Amino acid sequence: MSDLLLILVTGLGLGALYFLAASGLSLIYGLMGVLNFAHGSFMTAGAYAAWVTMDAMPSSTAVGLRLLVAVLVALVVGTLVGVVVEVVLIRPLYRHHIQQVLVTVGLSLASVAAVQGVFGSDPYPVAKPSFMRGTVDVLGARLPVDRFVYLAVALLLLGGLLALLRYTRLGLVIRAGVENRTMVEALGIDVQRTFTIVFGLGGAVAALAGVLFSQYAGTVSPLQGGSLLIYAFIVVVIGGMGSLTGTAVAAFAVGLVQQLANYYAASGIGDLSVVLLLALVLLLRPSSLQGAHA
Amino acid sequence: MTADVATPTRPDAVEPEPGPRRRPPWLRHLPPVVLLLVLAWLPYVPVELPGLLPGRVNGPGSMQLLATCLVFAGFALSYDVIFGRTGLLSFGHALFVASGSYLLTISVSSWSMPLPLALLVALGGTTLLAVVVGGIALRVGGIAFAMVTLAFAQAASIIVLRDPGGVTGGEEGKALARDAVPSILVGVSNAPYRYWLALGFVVVAFLLVQALVASRAGHAMAAVRENEGRAAVLGFTTYRVKLLAIVVGAFLGGLGGVVHALVLGGSSPHLTSAEFTLALLVMVVLGGAGSRWGALVGGFLYHYADARLVEASGSGVFDVLPDVLADVLGEPLFILGTFFVVVVYFAPTGLTGLGGRLVRKAVRP
Repeated sequence: MSDLLLILVTGLGLGALYFLAASGLSLIYGLMGVLNFAHGSFMTAGAYAAWVTMDAMPSSTAVGLRLLVAVLVALVVGTLVGVVVEVVLIRPLYRHHIQQVLVTVGLSLASVAAVQGVFGSDPYPVAKPSFMRGTVDVLGARLPVDRFVYLAVALLLLGGLLALLRYTRLGLVIRAGVENRTMVEALGIDVQRTFTIVFGLGGAVAALAGVLFSQYAGTVSPLQGGSLLIYAFIVVVIGGMGSLTGTAVAAFAVGLVQQLANYYAASGIGDLSVVLLLALVLLLRPSSLQGAHA
Repeated sequence: MTADVATPTRPDAVEPEPGPRRRPPWLRHLPPVVLLLVLAWLPYVPVELPGLLPGRVNGPGSMQLLATCLVFAGFALSYDVIFGRTGLLSFGHALFVASGSYLLTISVSSWSMPLPLALLVALGGTTLLAVVVGGIALRVGGIAFAMVTLAFAQAASIIVLRDPGGVTGGEEGKALARDAVPSILVGVSNAPYRYWLALGFVVVAFLLVQALVASRAGHAMAAVRENEGRAAVLGFTTYRVKLLAIVVGAFLGGLGGVVHALVLGGSSPHLTSAEFTLALLVMVVLGGAGSRWGALVGGFLYHYADARLVEASGSGVFDVLPDVLADVLGEPLFILGTFFVVVVYFAPTGLTGLGGRLVRKAVRP
């Protein structure tokens, strides 16, 4: 029983990280039809920005405070990177979806290489605040606290994004754009500007995901973003390509399946079972994956 | 969505020269034959090309480098069947290359099969895998297809790295048992034979792709690429056409994997990585997708640049630059990735398309 509880909580924590990584991707894809391979680079940028910030601050400062400042810096860096990539690289290739993918592929290869060149390819340890290192006892199970932190951040983000989509004018334009972009343009609304904002938002969320994933892993390394990105892709596909709630459900499902399979079947089966889940969804409900509603 | 996703630019629809000065067929076939003869002659050329090749052209270092470059040209050609010819953005092609390579190595080294049987297992297994994976992934189109193929390739990567039962060798890769391979392909001094093997593979792949493109199926693929909805209305079962493209591409990729394993004496987990799968895309687009020579040129140059840039950064060419810049430029993928972005913007038909344009401009000002 306590084992199961532990698996469930760690699975949900992992799912929360997947959701953080996938939500920006799903938002960008849903509105603009851009498969953003550079999303992994956004995460890496966030993780390294946070690590550099934490390193630069005096070590007498509490780790928790340093992490908080680092997260803020990472959010700013992520937003900037997202906006710059959209304006400089994506916008000129408007409506050329394949070329957009190609450009982000090139960007992801070049940026991983650049990070390796500057920081080296070895992972660096990341300081973790003491409250996130502890465990709490619930029903006899010792549950790591950091998973609850990831879960809380993910739920806050989900709530925030849903509220943004539902109650603000920007959200209205995004939802309308996902539904029918041409019509929104015809009504005289500047969709181009919305694209930039969404890319900036996606970059910020990706950076946050990068920071939390480096906390989860305990290290930063150049290839971290890319490995998380593949799970984010799987989550986006299972979640219905562009639907935010679908992405959230899929993220938690994938996290749970992975942890359960790793524990009850054999270590390493979890990663495979995720791909199997994807294949099953494709075989049983391919139609649900074609359309997108924010 | 699907229709506008699946239309990469392609230059070679006007391959035969229009107008009255159409070249006779023997002249059309002359340049490739001459090129092939020159390439086949290289192991007899004892010239040094300082900076371009390590040591003499027919030295073992250069021969091995050129052989690997040729294998990569073949990889790119096999991926072009799927991406350039049929317009399917697949991120899973590394899966088939790796499957050819690993099935051969495992059959020979772990299951001690004779080489011909191992060859059958590798090619048959890869083709079967292509039917299953392609069959599932093709249930979605466009960008979703790209993501799904990436996921399958990733599953293969995970399996290989986990090293189930010790057959794949995990991160170390797996060496090909030397005594099972004909002695002519083993050892430093036999590098020219491995070079010829790679050259032979490229020729076979090239001829096969040419035959495919000229066939009914090839035209159906082009129709699907240009406008899938229209092809469907014309009565093509586009699902079957796309699956055929994936299976043929996978077969050639698997064959390339087999040759890669023979040339390099084993299988490396790098072949399963997401980076390699993206590199295939970069090669094809660099050279020019869906054209006769584009993929070959792109694959060859990509691997050559990758290998030589490492050498260049090791030799201290960048030492005059500030440290950070030198470190970044020392990563070949940084230069290749940036160059790739530039090509996507300014030469959408790739290097061969750009070259063709420049030549035409020079001929008729």
